[in-house]
Amino acid sequence: MYKNVLQNIENIAIWPMVSFVIFFVFFICLLLWVFSVDKKHIEKMENLPFEGNDLKNETNLNIGL
Amino acid sequence: MEIEKFSYDNKIVKAFIIATVVFGLVGMLVGLTAALQLVYPIFNFELQYTTFGRIRPLHTNAIIFAFVGNAMFAGVYYSLQRLLKARMLSDALSWIHFWGWQLIILAAAITLPLGLTSSKEYAELEWPIDIAIAIIWVVFGWNMIGTIIKRRERYLYVAIWFYIATFVTVAVLHIVNSFAIPVTFFKSYSWYAGVQDALVQWWYGHNAVAFFLTTPFLGLMYYFLPKAANRPVFSYKLSIIHFWSLIFLYIWAGPHHLLYTSLPDWAQSLGVVFSIMLIAPSWGGMLNGLMTLRGAWDRVREDVVLKFMVVAITAYGMATLEGPLLSLKNVNAIAHFTDWIVAHVHVGGLGWNGFMIFAMLYWVVPRMWSTKLYSPKLANLHFWLGTLGIIFYALPMYVSGVVQSLMWKEFNPEGFLVYKNFLETTVQILPLHMLRATGGALYLTGAIIMTYNLIKTAYAGSFVSDENAEAAPLVKNYVAKSGGWHYRVLEHKPILFTVLTLIAILIGGIIEMVPTFLIKSNVPTLVSVKPYTPLELHGRDIYIREGCVNCHTQMVRPFRSETERYGEYSKAGEFVYDHPFLWGSKRTGPDLHCIGGKYPNTWHYNHMLIPDAVSTGSIMPAYPWLFEQSIDKNLTAGKINALRTLGVPYEEGYQDKANSDLERQSSEITATLKADGIEVADDAEIVALIAYLQRLGRDIKGEATAKE
Repeated sequence: MYKNVLQNIENIAIWPMVSFVIFFVFFICLLLWVFSVDKKHIEKMENLPFEGNDLKNETNLNIGL
Repeated sequence: MEIEKFSYDNKIVKAFIIATVVFGLVGMLVGLTAALQLVYPIFNFELQYTTFGRIRPLHTNAIIFAFVGNAMFAGVYYSLQRLLKARMLSDALSWIHFWGWQLIILAAAITLPLGLTSSKEYAELEWPIDIAIAIIWVVFGWNMIGTIIKRRERYLYVAIWFYIATFVTVAVLHIVNSFAIPVTFFKSYSWYAGVQDALVQWWYGHNAVAFFLTTPFLGLMYYFLPKAANRPVFSYKLSIIHFWSLIFLYIWAGPHHLLYTSLPDWAQSLGVVFSIMLIAPSWGGMLNGLMTLRGAWDRVREDVVLKFMVVAITAYGMATLEGPLLSLKNVNAIAHFTDWIVAHVHVGGLGWNGFMIFAMLYWVVPRMWSTKLYSPKLANLHFWLGTLGIIFYALPMYVSGVVQSLMWKEFNPEGFLVYKNFLETTVQILPLHMLRATGGALYLTGAIIMTYNLIKTAYAGSFVSDENAEAAPLVKNYVAKSGGWHYRVLEHKPILFTVLTLIAILIGGIIEMVPTFLIKSNVPTLVSVKPYTPLELHGRDIYIREGCVNCHTQMVRPFRSETERYGEYSKAGEFVYDHPFLWGSKRTGPDLHCIGGKYPNTWHYNHMLIPDAVSTGSIMPAYPWLFEQSIDKNLTAGKINALRTLGVPYEEGYQDKANSDLERQSSEITATLKADGIEVADDAEIVALIAYLQRLGRDIKGEATAKE
């Protein structure tokens, strides 16, 4: 169906190919990164909300919650 | 390295918090009114400013843009400064953003009850306000990206990615969907027509849910949940996959709002496939949130912030599983146009957005006023009222949706519709609507208790308007030495990051829309479909003004149950002159696409005056003002010219002759009314509305006759 609709555009055959490649490359890169990432970096990143002035060991119970 | 001293701006956060609470209460109260209107028409107050058709967009706009919008800004301004170890770029920009946004809300609160609307869902505001929104949104983005550039923390935490995606995508969505040609200062016609308008609108509508109600709140979740639980997010890697796959996939799924409509089939299928794929990132995010609490679940029993968050994240999970299921064509065939969809959005709205906001407020307010929460007991009470409210809202609406759908589709053994009269299906669900209103009232009561609690907290504490902090500035010409490419290339280059986000969200939109706009065969033309006459055009604008589209669809789907009830199913070619499209998304009343010629003019006249007298038990409000007010013929030429610019084939010079055509047609209608003993002025609004209603579906009937 999609092909029939699009066949009026020149060289339309390349569209599904391009879409597929974009998709494939996108998720491969994403997964590659996630598997190759430096653990120390991840640790730093996930602790970012706790840096600065906030007390790390403050719990909500201290403010009456 | 030298440590710099600076302060976080809490004042702007406070302003946005106050706005959040005030507009939250207002928006919920308006919602409760709308819910009551659907049971007792008397709550329409017989005033043109307060009918359901105008109140419903007021409710949705107040909740989405005023309540959720202000909460989003409060959360972003609070967390962004702390995550970047920097004060906002400019206090002036922050305040322009704040007051600009409140003025837009004020403008919406005035214009929507006045009936000044584009009729496109969640984008109802007219063009001058649209321009103001674009400007203020850019101010927000400028302030945010400027702050990111002058930050003291090199790496951008995942919450900030979600904020950037929100800014970029909402800007694109808003601008593309708002293209319109102005007729007067408060009236415009959508740039797009019919099927294309529908596709653009639901590309917008779907992604407004994604990038206004979801991504900013995921950012807030990734910041406030670890803070409240006092432990880092379960898996930061998962949050990266969550972010990129969510923004990449979401944008494609818009067409699932248009299944079985006249939208080309391939676009519908595209929407379904991507909707199903969306389960993965959505549930990845939900699990990431819930798993963050591993080993800390005991605290959920005592900590009201965590309670609200757990319900919010669970509601997010439920709504994002339900959404893809609803976009399966077989489920959609049952659920679409019914109360089921209303239940679905309220699980998201009340559960995910509302509870996330409450959690954030209970967490932030005691800290900003450096005190303890006034009453944890009242907060607990709020939690239970809110939770019960959601249940009392959602369950009756699910039941109601299924009941409606089954009744619409039920045939007797002879092959006729069992409930031929649509009204029977409406009356049946009124008790469920009443239960829904009870749920809403419970939820609102909880919010009022929260307001009291927060005010008492603020009075007990002392507000810290500028919170002092210190951090080292960034080293110039920094080169990352280790780690994956993602953070070497992306995480400390905000501009590049923003551009890539933009590309990720544009791909889906372009692939969806380009073919529909370029290829004529997607919208087959029907010879018999002609532009509206000037009188019908005026009538159509009254239909838009009164918000009829909120309860009546103009889209007969190709099911036997619908063609039996309404007539020939709708085709793409029928809407080529519809600027904007008026397909609607909910059938509180019957579909009107084939209403033309079904009843005599007198029927419409009486029905609009006293609906209950014509259809006993009807919950439609009366429209007495249509009989007193007259159409403004001075606008006819402007309307014709505007539409011609958009491609509607009115011949050159027709704008000067249009009013004589208009007068001829209106005198024909008043003559038929007179024959039934009804005297009405030729230029009364009701005459134009009747002309429009009688036109609906006539063109396609003409086509059928011609073929025979």
